[in-house]
Amino acid sequence: MSNLPKLDVQGVVEGIRNGCFTAEEYISSLLDRIEKIDKKINAFITLNKSAINQAKEIDKKIKRGDPVGSLAGIGIGIKDNISTINLKTTCASKMLSEYVPPYNATVVKKLLDKDAIIIGKVNLDEFAMGSTTEWSFFGLTRNPWNTGYVCGGSSGGSAASVAAQMCTVSLGSDTGGSIRCPSSFCSVVGLKPTYGLVSRYGLISYSNSLEQIGPIGKNVSDVREIFSTISGKDFNDNTTLDNNIYNHNAENNKSYNNKKIKIGLIKELIDGADIDVSKCIYSSLDVFKNLDFECEETSLKSTEYALASYYTIATAEASSNLARYDNIRYGFELDPEEYEWNVYFSKVRGNFGNEVKRRIIVGTYVLSSGYYGKYYLKAQKARSMIKTELKQLFKKYDLLISSTVPVLPFKIGEKIDDPLMMYLIDVNTVLANLSGIPAVSIPAGFKDGLPIGIQIMADELEEEKLFNSSELFEKSININSYPDL
Amino acid sequence: MVLPVKIGLEIHCQLTELNSKLFCSCYSNYRGKDINENICPVCIGLPGTLPILNKKALEHAIMISKALNCKVPEITMFSRKNYFYPDLPKNFQITQYDSNETDTSIGKNGIVFYGNNKKTRIRRIQLEEDPGRLIFEDGRQQALIDYNRSGVALVEIVTEPDFTDPKDVRLFLNKMTSILEHLGVCKTDLEGSLRCDANVSIGDGKKVEIKNVGSFGDVEKALTYEITRQQTMNLHEIEIKAETRHWDDKRKITKQSRSKEEEEDYRYFLEPDIPKIMVEEKYIASLQIPELPDDRKSRFINNFGLSEHVSQILIDNKELGDLFESAVNIYHSPVSISNWIVSDILAFADYDSSGKKSLENMKINANHIAEIAKLVDNNKINRTTAKNIIGKIIKTGELPSKLINEKEVTIITDEQILNETINKIFEEGKNAVVDTKKNSNAINFLLGKVMMATRGRADPKITMKLIKQKLEQI
Repeated sequence: MSNLPKLDVQGVVEGIRNGCFTAEEYISSLLDRIEKIDKKINAFITLNKSAINQAKEIDKKIKRGDPVGSLAGIGIGIKDNISTINLKTTCASKMLSEYVPPYNATVVKKLLDKDAIIIGKVNLDEFAMGSTTEWSFFGLTRNPWNTGYVCGGSSGGSAASVAAQMCTVSLGSDTGGSIRCPSSFCSVVGLKPTYGLVSRYGLISYSNSLEQIGPIGKNVSDVREIFSTISGKDFNDNTTLDNNIYNHNAENNKSYNNKKIKIGLIKELIDGADIDVSKCIYSSLDVFKNLDFECEETSLKSTEYALASYYTIATAEASSNLARYDNIRYGFELDPEEYEWNVYFSKVRGNFGNEVKRRIIVGTYVLSSGYYGKYYLKAQKARSMIKTELKQLFKKYDLLISSTVPVLPFKIGEKIDDPLMMYLIDVNTVLANLSGIPAVSIPAGFKDGLPIGIQIMADELEEEKLFNSSELFEKSININSYPDL
Repeated sequence: MVLPVKIGLEIHCQLTELNSKLFCSCYSNYRGKDINENICPVCIGLPGTLPILNKKALEHAIMISKALNCKVPEITMFSRKNYFYPDLPKNFQITQYDSNETDTSIGKNGIVFYGNNKKTRIRRIQLEEDPGRLIFEDGRQQALIDYNRSGVALVEIVTEPDFTDPKDVRLFLNKMTSILEHLGVCKTDLEGSLRCDANVSIGDGKKVEIKNVGSFGDVEKALTYEITRQQTMNLHEIEIKAETRHWDDKRKITKQSRSKEEEEDYRYFLEPDIPKIMVEEKYIASLQIPELPDDRKSRFINNFGLSEHVSQILIDNKELGDLFESAVNIYHSPVSISNWIVSDILAFADYDSSGKKSLENMKINANHIAEIAKLVDNNKINRTTAKNIIGKIIKTGELPSKLINEKEVTIITDEQILNETINKIFEEGKNAVVDTKKNSNAINFLLGKVMMATRGRADPKITMKLIKQKLEQI
């Protein structure tokens, strides 16, 4: 039984369906493991008290011979900025530390419809603003491979909980790399889908035009499975795309399967990477060459504008999105008696963490009249430049490859006091958010016991291409190790 | 020296005829509901919720744009206006105005004709969401917030500063009200469904914004006051500051808002949760625009032979126009029906909150009016009787024919009955009868006597004929 937490989605679903073990046994094994090791990791903010009961219900259904969903019995960790009915959703912020949503995010509803079980809500940087999960009101999350190191972020809890086998799979959100960065640091697979394929309804907005919810799993097959469950048109989100747009594209892709796949290696992103990281990328490229992919170096000149464009747009949208946290309709205990409302607002909003405050201030500044043209408008122009240049590259290449993060996981506290250094680690990942394309991070190796991931990007709606090539890569390099905890 | 005046208006019109709010499925009709009963996660801005655009609201906004002769751009978009206020759940308002973009409105560059050949240009028209409402309770320091109204669809109509006279503003607002009523997008008599802010400046002076004008009727008063204030200040060479002033309904003056009004920075940017919307010409063409006041007026004049003046009164208030047409459908006598409505029924009507006459509290309907017109036309009752009856119907809603039978008010045309009365009068007033021999005017005295005896019911023509016959017999 001690091996149950190591199972992937298929292993769990088939094991339960075939009677090898019950859903209750499986969920208990995860909860036991959380109990045992999460004090070392701190991946969870809130555990779902009704998980065991849900598991029992599934077992009953199976016993009776009733049909169960395709994800029956898996235990899923949900990033704590995704709304879950009757289950606290804190955004790792004091501002929402008592907030219990009265509704489920669309992705959560879709998972529950397939009989997946929510194990709990996992840690993140406050309001998903950060790259290390050190900015959580509930304490930082540690890297399961070395607990003295950061786990990446902002979906650090999502990646660490999967890597440490405390849940089967998890959901994260990715605004500038927040799924891929921790996936890389924790040696798991994470996908940022094409903008508009997954509903954001219920995802607590940080930067609406950039972010998508996506899955994190132990392997590509799990990520593919969860992605197909959570994607699709949602009438609660006007920015979701019609289903036939994706299906049509996926269908087209199948007929291209026999064609030789062309990979471009983005020079600018390799040049900026640590030597150990770039070494790993080149050896990954050899793996692809052996798989008969065509590989060559290419250039994305607009890369230099990516970070500035990203941080301008993200902070601008954030400054507006986070304005609603005024403690009037929900929030935390702070008696408004005797305060004039403007004073009360200020008092309340002083309770954001430092990184969130920094981004609200920057975002407010770049939108203010007189500066709008200088910053926000320019950032939008850079964004369309990047989009156009990537579109051109995808005429030539099926996939673009880089490291997910230009550096190895670093020590806790190492960059926390230097926001600019911290922002630099997002340089490879923000491209996909600015242009709306899908990107995946998959484990590619280790250096001194610390994981390195590669990022594969494809043109919009080309998730199928990402999955197929990632799966081939995954089989070839065969990293099957687990962190020792 | 009296300087030339420039006035521009910002009109907010609630789309009261929608079923749901602008971005969620809560009821558009929030009136009369318990506090915070008409809310959902979207319209109170709970974390993670997203706005879902009400397509019907877009349709109504386009209809308004067309009716005001605006251009509807091919692409329309939404933007955020950021400011903190407790009645605004997201602390930003989703609107279509964006100081950084040029083409976000649903309608622009329109024109409205009103009065006698007057016109005002429309700068832009935009859809936006109404905030909630603050409730201040007497004797308490706190305000309570009711979000029932939060997210209700508003259309803002911004005019160019083309007005020079508050009287014209009044005429324009009448026309605007009538257009919105005829479009069927706004029940303008609902309290708060139609609001108006005004900008006033004199000469090349600074612009003063007047807010909080409760009814359209007061806009003219507020403007007249404000212009006098500015002209007086100018006369005394006191500088007029750019500011926002509130209309004090009790004292009938404008006064400086308590909050200091520095130029607020709304940090507009395009709303990322609502993608740009293509408005195809085909779609616009497919929208059915109901008959508008100007066309209706022409029809009243041409098809029904009504006067310009009467037609104007009937179309200025859609309720009157509709009442007229229903009555004409029952009994086709347009001129007399229009006269009964305009000169008699309207005299009993009260003014509603938007400053126009309302028939809401009257129990009179088209059937009543048709019947009265018919009774008078057929000489069954005279005009004085008809007026008395109208006064009663308005309160009771009884049918005229019923009232007539009860009260014996029909005109007496039966010669036998009339002769009996005349005989009696001749008996009683022998002197008067003798007088008629000398003075032909005395015959009117006899007629008057008969009318008195019949309480005005005697048909005057027949009676006169009978009196003359009788006199000849003597």
